[in-house]
Amino acid sequence: MNRISEHPVLGTFAKGRTVAFSLDGRTMEGCEGEPIAVALRASGVLVHRQTARRNEPRGVFCAIGRCTDCVMVVDGRPNVRTCVEPLREGMRVQTQFGLGTARHEELGS
Amino acid sequence: MKRRDLIVVGAGPAGLCAAIEAAGQGLDVLVFDENAKPGGQLFKQIHKFFGSKEHRARERGFRIGEQLLQEAADLGVEVVLGAPVIGLYQGLTVQVQIDARIERVRANGVILATGASENMIPFPGWTLPGVIGAGAAQTMANLHGIRPGNDLLMVGCGNVGVVVAYQMLQAGCRVRAMIDAGSNIGGYGVHAAKVARTGVPFHLGHTIVRAEGDARVESATIAQVDNRWQPVPGTEKQLDVDTVCLAVGLSPSIQLAAMAGCRMLHLPEMGGRVPIRRDDCSTSVRGLYVVGDAGGIEEASSAMIQGRLAGMACAMEQGFISPVAGENRLRTLRDSLDRLREGPFGERIRGAEHRIQAVLPPRLEETAPCPTH
Amino acid sequence: MSDPLSKPVLMSQSLSTKGYLLPEDLIQAPGVPSAQRRQQGPVAVFECVQEIPCNPCEQACEEGAVRVGERITTCPELVAEACTGCAKCVAACPGQAVFVVDESRGELAHVTMPYEFLPLPKKGQRVTALDRSGKVLGPAEIVRVRCSKTMDATATVTMAVPRDWAMLARFFRMDRDQQSSPSSSTSESEQ
Repeated sequence: MNRISEHPVLGTFAKGRTVAFSLDGRTMEGCEGEPIAVALRASGVLVHRQTARRNEPRGVFCAIGRCTDCVMVVDGRPNVRTCVEPLREGMRVQTQFGLGTARHEELGS
Repeated sequence: MKRRDLIVVGAGPAGLCAAIEAAGQGLDVLVFDENAKPGGQLFKQIHKFFGSKEHRARERGFRIGEQLLQEAADLGVEVVLGAPVIGLYQGLTVQVQIDARIERVRANGVILATGASENMIPFPGWTLPGVIGAGAAQTMANLHGIRPGNDLLMVGCGNVGVVVAYQMLQAGCRVRAMIDAGSNIGGYGVHAAKVARTGVPFHLGHTIVRAEGDARVESATIAQVDNRWQPVPGTEKQLDVDTVCLAVGLSPSIQLAAMAGCRMLHLPEMGGRVPIRRDDCSTSVRGLYVVGDAGGIEEASSAMIQGRLAGMACAMEQGFISPVAGENRLRTLRDSLDRLREGPFGERIRGAEHRIQAVLPPRLEETAPCPTH
Repeated sequence: MSDPLSKPVLMSQSLSTKGYLLPEDLIQAPGVPSAQRRQQGPVAVFECVQEIPCNPCEQACEEGAVRVGERITTCPELVAEACTGCAKCVAACPGQAVFVVDESRGELAHVTMPYEFLPLPKKGQRVTALDRSGKVLGPAEIVRVRCSKTMDATATVTMAVPRDWAMLARFFRMDRDQQSSPSSSTSESEQ
């Protein structure tokens, strides 16, 4: 668990209610409204996608929606920047494979 | 859409101050920001600012951010979020994307406060999850309340590196080492000292050789560099870290200024190519101003003054304030900026300003028009 | 490029390569009181030797014991006889570079330092004193913790140390068995 429960300067963080979402079919929890990447990080997930040619793992790099390294397939939509996309209840998040397919779809095909 | 007196691009410290200063003189101001929240990097800056009272010294960045937003709202400044500006054309037409629509808005003045982007250095393993920008570390810990990792290596000992390292300690991370290829710590000694006394070692003249791990960073190897910045064989040291933070400089975001046809100059001490500006932050394109890091890398404190300079200059240019009163205000602001740029740490900026003055067109009338696209 | 207005800066090789000042770097610093003054009672020690643009310490001092002047990059100068050791400047300094030292207490000296971590130590708590490089000096005891709204999350912590460490001890560590409160999520920050 990497959440900061109390910060010496900022105190406690105002967070949304706990909601469930799925990662590659697995049920996860996060705080509503926080970036998807933050909810994933809180659960120890760092790998967001695998590259097309070399199948290398990629994760968060800039965390402000610039670099697009953290993109995933969200509710069937590929290339969603998870570092800026707010988490909503019931979201279906999938590890992205290559330029836009969800990984397990690729494996299952 | 009606023509605006002023459009500000970017709602960070420089942009907000520009909007506030201009709106205070009665200009109708519209601010666009690509992010979902305004404030730029201010809300991640949880340390107390330097400077004197007039520069809001001793106040923490995020509180300054809250106050600026309130001031802007009180003055009726309209801030449109989630609105990346993608074009800047002849006659100061701003092209902006809002949701899925592209809109064009004309203005009598445009102030670009687009900030900067982080520099990166490539090394084997730099794409592994766990290698992040220092800004990402700051965003995660200070905005979202999450530690980016448990054991960190900070690459870069400029002010960003030492400030973010301290913030990571405050967030409860362990900082295993601070490294920098240079021979001296570039950041303020006081920032470095508060990291050092917690027991964090500084290794100057060191670079990162590689980050290791299968699907995420599990360790990192550093080594001394020779005088050509190459790692010295036999000096490698492996550190048990799960996170590598890169704080290796910033580059001004100049795309819109370039698109508008601003005359540019390459000034390494300002972070790269920057628009040539007068001391009121006006550029070679009439009615177009560039403020904050977009015009050269400096601190938030100076970015805020630059914003005010441009806001006031815009108000003068459009006749909202008398030349005498406006010039008085500009003088006060310039003095305030000069005070921040004194001393050895301001030498870099003073040198750059000197080089810019040398190439400036002597009169506003000589400015080039915005090119047609 | 040299600046004609710039006064010579006190150079510390240690500060610019290791991140911390050495005791000998402070001998000539304008903000450091003499040993004689330190033995007379609490007094501020300004470990601020680079010309950075900053003057809240001067504003914070109601006694007029800190001089920076019009040029805000000037290093603070301590008027030692005017300083009461009240420590207002400790929390006010954005660089956390001010300490209060009291060597008038016999065998033990009191060192007051800024502290922005959680958990805060408690009065009477045993801690491990560290020097400017984070190196362990030895056991010490917390004698006072102050944190008010005006200090804006910069607490001041006073630690009793053997007198020899008065100008060495600048931080402390709370080991797990020394903590009097349940460990918070940020307890690792001191390690």
